[in-house]
Amino acid sequence: MAGKQATQSAAKPTLSFGEKWCYAPAPEATDHFEVADRHELFINGEFVKPKSGQYFDTINPATEEKISEVALANAADVDRAAKAAKKAAESWRKLPGEHRARYVFRIARILQERAREFAALESLDGGKPIREARDVDVPLAAAHFFYHAGWADKLDLAFPGERPEPIGVVGQVIPWNFPLLMAAWKLAPALACGNTVVLKPAETTPLTALRLAEVMQQAELPPGVVNIVTGAGETGGAVVEHPAMDKVAFTGSTAVGKAIQKALAGKGTDLTLELGGKAAHVIFEDAAIDQAVEGVVRGIYFNQGHVCCAGSRLLLQESIHDIFVQKLARRIERIRVGDPMDKNTDMGAINSQEQLARIEALVKSGEEEGAVLHQSSCTLPKKGFWFAPSFFTGVSQTNRVVQDEIFGPVLSILTFRTPEEAVEKANNTPYGLSAGIWTDKGSRILWMADRMRAGVIWNNTYNRFDPASPFGGFKESGFGREGGRQGMRAYLRFPGSLSQ
Amino acid sequence: MARVEVKKTYKLFVGGKFPRSESGRSYQPAGAPQVNVPRGSRKDLRDAVVAARKGYGDWSGRTGYNRGQIVYRLAEMLETRKDSLAEEIRACTDSTAAAAKKETESVIDLTTWYAGLCDKLQSLLGSQNSVSGPFFNFSTVEPTGVVTVIAPNQPSLLGLFGVMLPVLVGGNSVIALVSEDAPLAGMALGELLAVSDVPGGVVNLLCGKRDELEPQIASHRDIDAILKAGKPDPAMGEAAADSVKRVRYADLSDPQWKKPAEMRSLLWVEPFVEVKTFWHPVAY
Repeated sequence: MAGKQATQSAAKPTLSFGEKWCYAPAPEATDHFEVADRHELFINGEFVKPKSGQYFDTINPATEEKISEVALANAADVDRAAKAAKKAAESWRKLPGEHRARYVFRIARILQERAREFAALESLDGGKPIREARDVDVPLAAAHFFYHAGWADKLDLAFPGERPEPIGVVGQVIPWNFPLLMAAWKLAPALACGNTVVLKPAETTPLTALRLAEVMQQAELPPGVVNIVTGAGETGGAVVEHPAMDKVAFTGSTAVGKAIQKALAGKGTDLTLELGGKAAHVIFEDAAIDQAVEGVVRGIYFNQGHVCCAGSRLLLQESIHDIFVQKLARRIERIRVGDPMDKNTDMGAINSQEQLARIEALVKSGEEEGAVLHQSSCTLPKKGFWFAPSFFTGVSQTNRVVQDEIFGPVLSILTFRTPEEAVEKANNTPYGLSAGIWTDKGSRILWMADRMRAGVIWNNTYNRFDPASPFGGFKESGFGREGGRQGMRAYLRFPGSLSQ
Repeated sequence: MARVEVKKTYKLFVGGKFPRSESGRSYQPAGAPQVNVPRGSRKDLRDAVVAARKGYGDWSGRTGYNRGQIVYRLAEMLETRKDSLAEEIRACTDSTAAAAKKETESVIDLTTWYAGLCDKLQSLLGSQNSVSGPFFNFSTVEPTGVVTVIAPNQPSLLGLFGVMLPVLVGGNSVIALVSEDAPLAGMALGELLAVSDVPGGVVNLLCGKRDELEPQIASHRDIDAILKAGKPDPAMGEAAADSVKRVRYADLSDPQWKKPAEMRSLLWVEPFVEVKTFWHPVAY
């Protein structure tokens, strides 16, 4: 790797604590729950064998060991799920909002009660560090159900005079980066608004969604209100194109989002899309630099960079470029990469072989295009899918690592001189999901935030999420919002509104 | 001896100017076969998008209050020209004098309603969000960008305003494709826009053959959204998906357009604004 620079050499000499930097292992217990060898589909309130007769393996990406096998839903299975959802829709929409709220509150509470089990399973199946699954994914998932439960009997307050009504049957396809949390983002507003659902979790991370089905049973949710069908792209295609779907919600890549928009064009099906991103993270020279370094780490290395809103394009004001790069290079040496089930781990495994190959290919293109790669010198485990925390300097706007979503722990660093230039570079992308701004000057934050064409602007912070806070993109990052009062619109119809 | 009348040449309205179609072509609309109107081309559309992108920068940066005053000024101009607009409606439709008068009055009323909405959108569609942590968090709405609106054939002028105003008041710039069969009143709108403080490029008017222009509109990558009067259109939606355009359809077929109150709707504005959420830590 000709362009590669050892980060150690870029850093100033530092105090060495030798072995004292090492942490003793702190493994998360897994003996308090069981994982079945085989998982079935969840249709009409029951776990049922797939008509396809087929199963696929789900593996632990940190060890490449098989965890379980999971039913593969074919078109006939999806049809069965859609019919169950359609049947349940009639009574679910008529149920008083207050009663719907009770079910959704129950789901929130059960998730809180079983939080540790969900966190551990999420780490096992997806590769994310247990610390993040435990402190972010699971509590936020429960919060989403709790928040939306409270809306279920207040829809007329949310949209006064607009006479909101449930849409009907909703098909939802979710990604592998936040498997449980994305299920919660999708299910909670759909149920609160009186819709029934066919949910398709990602192929590589189906286990927590299927365990969520157990929660639905425990909550005594009426059969058919939530149906979960597992499989790959073909199963997802069968869900979104099923004629029973009154609305489709998709979170995933822009390419697949466009294909779904095309497939549903002119059919009168409601559609919301939460797609890719290539967020600009802008640091001004007057920012609190050490805090900004932490913000950048949170922005790009959180969840191995498998985050659609990751701050993957760092825009540094020219005067602080060198010091910032130096600090960042030192900081990524301190990111502990390894066993996701260790409570000390900062960065876990790449979600799949396929994703690892994509990251490696894009990083290779960056080097070929002349950018300088800086990488943590950490030791990566032998088995499993791993990629060290990395960033590029010396990139130009046209490089693939600046234009394409990498969806991995790889940052590209550019510079700017004036706020105008920062805005122009930040907006120079077809995406518009999120952006970050660091400066000590309040008026400049507002000036910048006003001009950044993105749906979520984090100022002097990054990668914060909350069910009360609308999330979603501008431009090719999709349309529709999730969370907040605005997110509820996506699961309601209003008399006299325009059709899609 | 009877006076020989001076007849008007109908032209496009792009970037605040009145060009003929760059193609040099014209057509005779079904409703007024004695009149030549410009037959807009793909290049005219592209020019309009360039103008609209410039206009967007100006219009979206203005305050809601200022936009409201300008749209209200448009209503004032419409009021002084309502008789001639009614005549232009009649010249290319079978509207009675009473119906044409009613249509122009509805246009003025609708414009006034939307003028007063401009500085209310943040209150109605934005929010402050109570997140679970020490953060100041609020959501505002911003215009989607350059939006093409496709007016229905009938009602030619009210239908045009019905699709144009909800997009305009959100802060978007507009490219409007006016009624193909009855374009005269719609094309005359440029004469009012030019004198109502609407900045050049904010509203651009094209006329021409829908079959020719709609596929170009759907696939143009610098158009951010489309509002089309009519039923959902798979071909348009498919082409629009390539750049994740927001596409909506307004069914203005009878009897809805006879109830212009239906066009006064926040629900028609909302699809053409984007929610932006702002986070900042609370600390000292």
